[in-house]
Amino acid sequence: MKAITRNILVLVLSSVATVLHAGDMLMVRTQQKFPEAMLTLQTSVKEHGYAITRVQRIDIGLTGMGYETDKYRVVFVGKPEEIQYLIGKYPVLAAYMPPQISIFAEEGDTVLVTANPIIYAEMITDESDRVIFQRWESDVYSVFDDIREADE
Amino acid sequence: MRIIACLFIAFLSANASAAPHGDELYARHCSSCHGNDGKGGVGVPLALPSFLDSVSDEYLQKTIRQGRPGRIMPAFDVLSDAQLTAVVKHLRSWSDKPAPKEDNSVIKGNAKKGKVLFAKYCMQCHGEDGSGGKGTGVTFSRKRDLPIIAPALNNAGFLASATDVMLRDTITYGREGTPMTSMLVAGLTETDIDDIVSYIRSMEEAAERSKQALNGNGSDSPVIMVDSPYDLDETVANLKQAITDQNFTLIRTEYLEHGLVEEGKENKKQVALHFCNFGFLFKALSVDPRVGMFLPCRVTVIENDGKVQVSTINPKRLGKLFNNHELDEYCDEMYEVYSTLLEDATL
Ligand code: HEC
Ligand code: HEC
Repeated sequence: MKAITRNILVLVLSSVATVLHAGDMLMVRTQQKFPEAMLTLQTSVKEHGYAITRVQRIDIGLTGMGYETDKYRVVFVGKPEEIQYLIGKYPVLAAYMPPQISIFAEEGDTVLVTANPIIYAEMITDESDRVIFQRWESDVYSVFDDIREADE
Repeated sequence: MRIIACLFIAFLSANASAAPHGDELYARHCSSCHGNDGKGGVGVPLALPSFLDSVSDEYLQKTIRQGRPGRIMPAFDVLSDAQLTAVVKHLRSWSDKPAPKEDNSVIKGNAKKGKVLFAKYCMQCHGEDGSGGKGTGVTFSRKRDLPIIAPALNNAGFLASATDVMLRDTITYGREGTPMTSMLVAGLTETDIDDIVSYIRSMEEAAERSKQALNGNGSDSPVIMVDSPYDLDETVANLKQAITDQNFTLIRTEYLEHGLVEEGKENKKQVALHFCNFGFLFKALSVDPRVGMFLPCRVTVIENDGKVQVSTINPKRLGKLFNNHELDEYCDEMYEVYSTLLEDATL
């Protein structure tokens, strides 16, 4: 890295050495085909009170550029008041907001992946805001349970 | 008699509901990688009798607890001991045979000779230094009919779980139904195999060091963030130029609150630029399809009390979430791209 870059980087956060835990990345596999899994996801996310702010079609961009690829979308989700509140209070969180969930086809199955929202709590200074991320975490688990249960 | 039977059943079911359910735990924690029925996916197959019948419960428990640093398989320190036992029991349901007892006997071979044999008989699949095949498991953006990728042997998680006897037995008998064939059949003698076991064991120190290195550099900040000397509009214009200069395609520029609030009501002081380099993206996705989690590339610009701040995620830091060595070079490259963008736009 160029020296100048090093100088202007503002590393605003206290640094904690972190070890990877199984719960830092959440994944679920379903035997539903991609369109059904996508529908289950969208329905469940809304039932949990979150808005879907955008669905980014990664595969379309790739295929358009000549890279053959299976279905792949990124879904951005959040509750407006919470996102506004958090970014206002912690600009450092902006790069991660709203949180996103990847959904992609793997042969006949569909796999969903997201970062455990609790990892964002590392960037807050007011511990009383931690409950927001704890709720997000339990909601992701619950949404992923819905997706798994849709198999049965 | 009937009363006793009833009581017994009542006792059983009460017990069952109190104990953790291995199948549910497996579905929640393991099936995304190893498949619902243990046939493999991002992870190697687990439902193979040839595998299950040759490893002890201790091996399975340690593997689950320790994970495989840098090889995607996470360390499950979140599971309680009772849950761990339940998961292992669920894995055992895929074989009729009882688990072999753990045997901690030490095997003393000649590691030097083992190294020579390894290069001849094992390297083509397990890699020059035992670091495993490229990719993992059976499907990682690959067709399912391709052979299982050979696991890393020079891995702290693996070496801490495997006993010398487990290594010897695996090499001697192989694993039916996988590319790992019996080396006795391939012509190696028992002494040869002991030598190889000692060679694999000698990788332990280096493996531990690389595990420490993985954990050690977790001290990076989650974001790359700089203050801009320009106003919001100028900063955004500079970034657009910098994105093009770096050979990335600008997908769109929008307010961060797009889709969150009614159109027109967004906070105009919070802007996100989305961009992509499809060639790079394609390569990264083939290495690990989960990286889409942080796509497309994005820079956010925020004005707060007249102060303009530009930020991106820190790919080096996030890379750790994936526990995948092969992604490191991509994360480093993205880190350079983001840093340069921020630098160019705020100079
Ligand atoms: C043709 C490719 C190939 C060759 C050659 C090969 N292996 Fe393997 N090996 C594999 C695969 C694939 C697996 C995973 C099998 C499975 O899914 O259980 C494996 C598994 C193993 C395991 C168990 C690892 C674990 O995580 O459980 C050991 C130990 C091992 N091999 C050692 C060796 C040694 C030593 C040699 C040389 C004497 C060798 N292998 C040669 C492909 C190969
Ligand atoms: C994020 C993906 C992922 C998850 C989740 C995961 N694994 Fe794995 N697992 C892997 C990979 C990949 C390997 C092989 C590592 C290699 O190739 O070096 C592996 C290896 C293993 C092995 C060693 C197999 C052998 O041949 O020696 C066992 C046992 C195992 N996993 C059990 C589990 C269990 C049980 C769970 C759930 C509690 C789990 N895994 C969750 C990816 C995963």
